[in-house]
Order: sequence, then C-alpha cells, then structure tokens
Amino acid sequence: MRIRRALVLSFTAGLAACATPATAPIGERPPAPSPRDLDEITAVLKRDFHERGQAKMDRIQLDEVQRACNLNADHPPADAARALEQAELKKIPFPAGSLIGDWKKGEKLAQSGRGAMWSDKPGVQQGASCYNCHQISPKETAFGTIGPSLAGFGKTRGNGAEMQRYVYGKIYDAKAYNLCSQMPRLGSSGSLNDEQIRDLVGLLLDPASPVNQ
Amino acid sequence: MRAVLCGAALALTIAPAMAQKSPYADYQRMAAENAPVELYELAGEEAWAKKQGPKNVSLERCDLGQGPGVLKGAYAGLPRYFADADRVMDLETRLLYCMMTLQGRAREEATKRVFGNADHASEMEVLSAYIARQSNGMPIAPGTSHPKEKAAYALGQKLYFHRAGPWDFSCASCHGEEGKRIRMSELPVLYKPQYAGPLMATWPAYRVSTSAFVTLQWRINDCYRQMRMPEPAYASDATVALIDFITVTAQGTPYRGPSIKR
Repeated sequence: MRIRRALVLSFTAGLAACATPATAPIGERPPAPSPRDLDEITAVLKRDFHERGQAKMDRIQLDEVQRACNLNADHPPADAARALEQAELKKIPFPAGSLIGDWKKGEKLAQSGRGAMWSDKPGVQQGASCYNCHQISPKETAFGTIGPSLAGFGKTRGNGAEMQRYVYGKIYDAKAYNLCSQMPRLGSSGSLNDEQIRDLVGLLLDPASPVNQ
Repeated sequence: MRAVLCGAALALTIAPAMAQKSPYADYQRMAAENAPVELYELAGEEAWAKKQGPKNVSLERCDLGQGPGVLKGAYAGLPRYFADADRVMDLETRLLYCMMTLQGRAREEATKRVFGNADHASEMEVLSAYIARQSNGMPIAPGTSHPKEKAAYALGQKLYFHRAGPWDFSCASCHGEEGKRIRMSELPVLYKPQYAGPLMATWPAYRVSTSAFVTLQWRINDCYRQMRMPEPAYASDATVALIDFITVTAQGTPYRGPSIKR
C-alpha cells in the first residue's frame, strides 16, 4: 500500500513539474520530448484512452523504434539510427525464390484502407492503404502525396532479385531502411502476410502490371 | 433566431421553383444558404431550453465562460479554464459538465450517444451548432493565461507530434507537411496558424459526404480511429488538449461557422 501511495505521489509530482512545460512558439515544431515527457504522454494516453474492438491498450506502448523517433523528433543520430535499422532488417523473414506475386491482388490491397481500426471486424482482411499516400497505377488518379510517386517503379528500377528483396523488405518493415519513415511497418505490425506483400511487390515490379505500362 | 426561421421559411417557398431547373439546384441552394446547418441550430435552441435530467432543468443557466446563460461569443472564447471544475474545457466538455451538475445527469447517460448520424444528430451536435453560431464573426480567443491553459496547450502540442500505435502514426504523420494529400483530400498543417485559422473558423460543421453534423470531439476521435489507436474518452484531458492546441494556434481568426464541409 505504501509503495502504491509513493508511486502515485511521485507520478502526481511529475505531472505538477510539467505544469509549465517547454513549448514551441505558435507555428513551430516543438523540441523533441525528453524521456520524462514520453512517460508523461504515455501516462496520459493510458488514463484517457480505452480499448475498443480490436484496438487494445497495448497499442500505446512504444517500441524501440518509436521511442528513438519520438525522442529525436524523427531525426535520430546517424549511428543510433543505423543500429536500429539493422536490428529491424534482421527481423524480416525474406522468403527464398521469386518475390513477385499477383499484381491484380496487389492492386486491390493497395486500394484498400481497411483494417486494424476499432471499427473494423477483427480477422477481416486488412488493406495496405498504399494509394492513401502514393501514386502507383496510372489508372488511379485519386492518390495521396505523403510518400513518393511509385509510377513506373519496375520499369525504371528493374525487377531483379535485389530489387524484389528491397521492395519486399520496405513493405514488410519500412523502418529497416529509414528509421523514422512515415510509412507503416506493414509486415511487422501483422497487417499483411507474406503472400500479400508478394502481391504488392508484383504490383510494383511485374512488367505486366499497369504500374510499368 | 427569428431571422433564421424566416430564412428557412423563405427557402421552403423558393424550393419548388428551383428544383424544376436542375437536379443540382436544390443541393446548391441548400449548400449556399447553410440551410442544413440552420436546422441543427434550431434543434440546438430547443435542446438548450429543454428541461431534463433528475433536476428537470434546462441548460439555460450553463456558464460557458461568459457568465451563466451567456451565449454570445462563448464559443469563440473556448477552450478555457473553469475554476468550478478546475480544468480546461472545450465546448462539449463544458456542456457535459453542465448536464451533470445543473441537470444532475449521470455521465454515462449524457455521453451515451454523443456522435449522431445522418438520420439523427446527437444532443451535443445540435447544441454545438446553436452555440457556435452565436460567435459567428468574432475572433477566436481561447484562454491562454492560466497555468492549466498553458499546460493544456503544451500537452496538446506534445500529443500532436507523438508517434504510437501499430502504424507508428502521430497527428503530424498526415498533418505535418505543407502541400500533402491523402487520396484527394488536402491536409491542413494544424500547428501552423495559416492552416489552423481557416480550419478552426469553420468547426463544427455539416459534412455533405456523410450528411451529418460533426463536432471537434468527433474529429479528434475519428483521427485516432484512423491512426489505429485505442479510443480517446469523450471530453478527456487528452482530447481537450489537442483541441486547445489547435484553437490557440488559430487564435485571432474571425470565427465564421458553423459551416458546411465536403
């Protein structure tokens, strides 16, 4: 009981100490949060958020990558970033053989923005949300621009084993290549399985895909 | 409200003639005249005066920051610190507080259906429409001097840039860089006044795409849904802090809502 009270007191003191926190002037990005700031934010999320549907509270816990990116405002020191990228890369289960799947299925996945939200039924096939941020097939004109254009991707970059491996890895875990990329880790997060990622590789690299026409 | 009623009556008179010209004329006229928004405002006026709850009283003595029952300019002055509740509150949080204290309603009952739909707007939504209208033309001026107001701004700013969840998103993942889009939707960079100003000047709003009236608490909730995060509690400090951060960033902009959005 005494321990619990001590914890509560130290937590309250922590919040009080943050009553006049450092803020950025209006219109500017704030400085990177301190480890204590991160703990405070996580505590606020824990207090003010609740699980709903498949969106459980474990989603507020930060992993090493999120921590490093948050603590460095998405610009971690190069050495630290490289080490974490390498660690992410090692976790990608690259399959053997050709990684080029069915581009037609890939196109459907790229179109879909479903999945992993509290409003989605658990177990229902997740989408890859690619068009939300990327230009891909010339047939789809409603594309987002947060990520680079992928139009003509295979035609301009080739589709050899190395390129297949890069595209597969980038979709599986974008953070293995650019630690604080805004792109989700679609394989690591369990959003897409091996076959689905291959289908997306097919969409980008298959010479028959509209992307490369 | 008499002017609003006259406007609605006039619109009804003109409608049959307009409808014959083009199938879109009716839609365009309604969009131009804010007619759907006015209907929510009228419903809100009723909800404001409706006696309900265990104490069977209306919200008419609710203090939204300008004194009990004063609605003129109230919305433009929110969020702000309220000494009686000892916390910073946005409009919806304050209304909930009044429902619980003045009307004696339980939080669970008052928040059972805060987000409505096309068929049936919620009590919070119609109240928001009615109250926000009475700040139309006034500069956005949330409270910024009380330590808790400063703390809410600071927390909101931190939350805005905090990346978490299965897809590593923060608010800034989408609303962080100028000139970006999700599909065809242009994304306002809400930590910059030139984007926050015009945006906050128009909430709450009627959304044509869903035929529903939506509030800022809904907007924050739906962003976290799309970020694949757990759900923020309605009127929680976290949601108020984010609304406060963006509203303070927008301060000085003349409020011109409630409005119509895509």
